[in-house]
Amino acid sequence: MKVVIMGCGRVGAQLANQLDAEGHDVTVLDLRARQFERFLVPTFSGRKVIGDGRDQDVLRDAGVEGADAFVACTAGDNRNVMAAQIAKLIFNVPRVVCRIYDPMREELYKMLGLRTISPTKVGAELLMQALQEDPAADEAGTHAATR
Amino acid sequence: MQPHAEQTEIGPRDTNYVIVVGGGRVGFHLAKELLDLGYEVLVIESDEFGPRSAFIAEQLGSAVLAGDGCEASVLEEAGCRRAAMLIAVTGDDEDNLVACQVAKGKFGVPKTIARINDPRNETLFGMLGIDVSVSATEAILDKIEMELPVDRLHRLLKLKHTDLELVEIRLPERGPAVGLHLKELMLPEGSLIILLVDNEGTPRLPRPESVLRGNDEVIAITRGNTEEALRRVLTGARDAL
Repeated sequence: MKVVIMGCGRVGAQLANQLDAEGHDVTVLDLRARQFERFLVPTFSGRKVIGDGRDQDVLRDAGVEGADAFVACTAGDNRNVMAAQIAKLIFNVPRVVCRIYDPMREELYKMLGLRTISPTKVGAELLMQALQEDPAADEAGTHAATR
Repeated sequence: MQPHAEQTEIGPRDTNYVIVVGGGRVGFHLAKELLDLGYEVLVIESDEFGPRSAFIAEQLGSAVLAGDGCEASVLEEAGCRRAAMLIAVTGDDEDNLVACQVAKGKFGVPKTIARINDPRNETLFGMLGIDVSVSATEAILDKIEMELPVDRLHRLLKLKHTDLELVEIRLPERGPAVGLHLKELMLPEGSLIILLVDNEGTPRLPRPESVLRGNDEVIAITRGNTEEALRRVLTGARDAL
């Protein structure tokens, strides 16, 4: 699978590293070269492109045309939303995933047809689940594992 | 990606109420102009670059709300449900896009206008249901181009939903068309001369027998792809810089 990932922060890089290790054709795009050094593993064999993913020419250089998937995971919701829509509508990328922190905005764009993930919502749900677990059972499990 | 009608919240509209997102220079002067025209106006300003909303409140009265105009809760507070129009004029294309999409998608605002800084985004914004997009960069370039002596053809207006444009061409003192009757010109297909103005500013309707004179202004309709051919017929080879 040919994947372009916009935003090489912790999440984008982790995803890039994983896809690359699995043998996919990966391109990461970020405004700052430093992000590549910080978060990509030394064995990363994909392409690294410096540029602004809101710019259609930069996306084209990053190979969005003809990519199987595009992931927008910069820190800015609006940037992600715009780049994801460019990938989907201008470059007809079949699979586009867009990270949106703001749950309300996420709901709207889901309704408008984007595949969206809100880490805020998902994170809160996981924390909620963890709170509802039985602490005694958890402790017993830990003891069993260490024994 | 248009929302389905039943999913947007459409209420009664106040035809006089306009929300402006972004209180920079453009937003501020736009709001002032709209207020003068008798509209009810609210400016949403994020104050990202300083205490801008306080300044606007001081200048324009209470017509300002501090907050992020892309946020649904802020737009709700701003009364987006009753607004007839939302105009997003921040310096960031993506913020203008999202403000308009939230206004339209969530609150069913009938008309959204976005400022675009990168002219290449115009197609995208159209595809995404933004009613009007105004490219600041292109507007400035057009204005400057008009003042450049080298380019004798100026685009005055693009006709919506066609590829036709209204252009103005100043004839040189001496050139291939000067002294000819209009009927002798080999105009490109689809081009039409609709007005002649001499250098005293007197307009005359073009007739087949009209004679073109040096320094005449020719107002014509043409297509984007025949613009250059039309210019060549009237003014000849491009002037050297």
